[in-house]
Amino acid sequence: MASSSSSSCRAEFLGGVRAELPLLLGVVPFGLIFGVLGLAAGLPGWAVVLSSSLIFGGSSQIVFAQLFGAAAPGAVIVATVGVVNLRHALYSAAVAGYLKALPWRWKLTLAYLLTDEAFAAAIGRLRDGPATAQRHWFLFGTGFTLWAGWQLSTLAGVLLGSAIPAGWSLDFSVALTFIALLVLGVHRRSDAWAALAAAATALLALGLPHKLGLLLAAAVGVACGVLLRRFDQGAA
Amino acid sequence: MSTSALLLTMAACGLVTFLIRLSFIAGGQRLPASPAFSLFLRYVPPAILGALIAPEIFPGGPLLAEIPGNPRWWATLVALAVAAATRSVLATIAAGMLALWGAQAWLT
Repeated sequence: MASSSSSSCRAEFLGGVRAELPLLLGVVPFGLIFGVLGLAAGLPGWAVVLSSSLIFGGSSQIVFAQLFGAAAPGAVIVATVGVVNLRHALYSAAVAGYLKALPWRWKLTLAYLLTDEAFAAAIGRLRDGPATAQRHWFLFGTGFTLWAGWQLSTLAGVLLGSAIPAGWSLDFSVALTFIALLVLGVHRRSDAWAALAAAATALLALGLPHKLGLLLAAAVGVACGVLLRRFDQGAA
Repeated sequence: MSTSALLLTMAACGLVTFLIRLSFIAGGQRLPASPAFSLFLRYVPPAILGALIAPEIFPGGPLLAEIPGNPRWWATLVALAVAAATRSVLATIAAGMLALWGAQAWLT
């Protein structure tokens, strides 16, 4: 009995690893880029590498590096990183029912590993697969694979970045990453209006102290999106 | 920022992120608290990205007269077009950096 349950743990874990591997194609270059531009933003190499295990969230780590480079105060950095990662609450809500019966050490471990890509690769198995007592090992497999890939690619990026000469305007790749993520995430007109309203507010509020314009702009953008939602095509 | 302040800020960012991910798992609930909450969450990514991008392109603020001479503005237009056409982060970064270097060489 014990051996059959441990072999199905192993099978679930390996299933998670296999489900995550294709996603690493996108994650590893992102990790390399983050390593390079973390240095370009002014973070020391050890801090770039450490942020991958302490914060462990790609876009929020880029935001962290950028705000650090812009000399924003710690409280503003923490608040902004929190806002950027707020969407993970949705993932937490989506998997909570499947993890309810697990001991705390599992809940804490899986919460730490709950990233966009680990969730995306595991939710299908959790929702539609057989409701066994070992299915959380699948989420552990996707989460661990992503974690290992992210740590290694960040480290490689830092080693690569220290070899790239200054004066290549490489810091602009931060903005380019954000532009790509924005375009990929805009599905409705109201999404685009939220981004435009936030961008305009951020520019008008550049004079505010402590980079507070960033949080103000995010609030204005969200409000615009919510208000303009009714004008979307096909909106209810 | 001193080394210890940097470490402390990073640890606080990690703790906040971890607590967000733990929130519903710890509570054992399955559904988001309310539709208003998920509606609000939907607009957080585009809003925060827009707010982060704009000052990178126009570090001096919204001065319309300076737009034609700003290489970052032209690189942004190229990046937006490439992102929409390819839906690839890597292609967007590559095209945007090439456009920036081209515009810098052209405009200076």
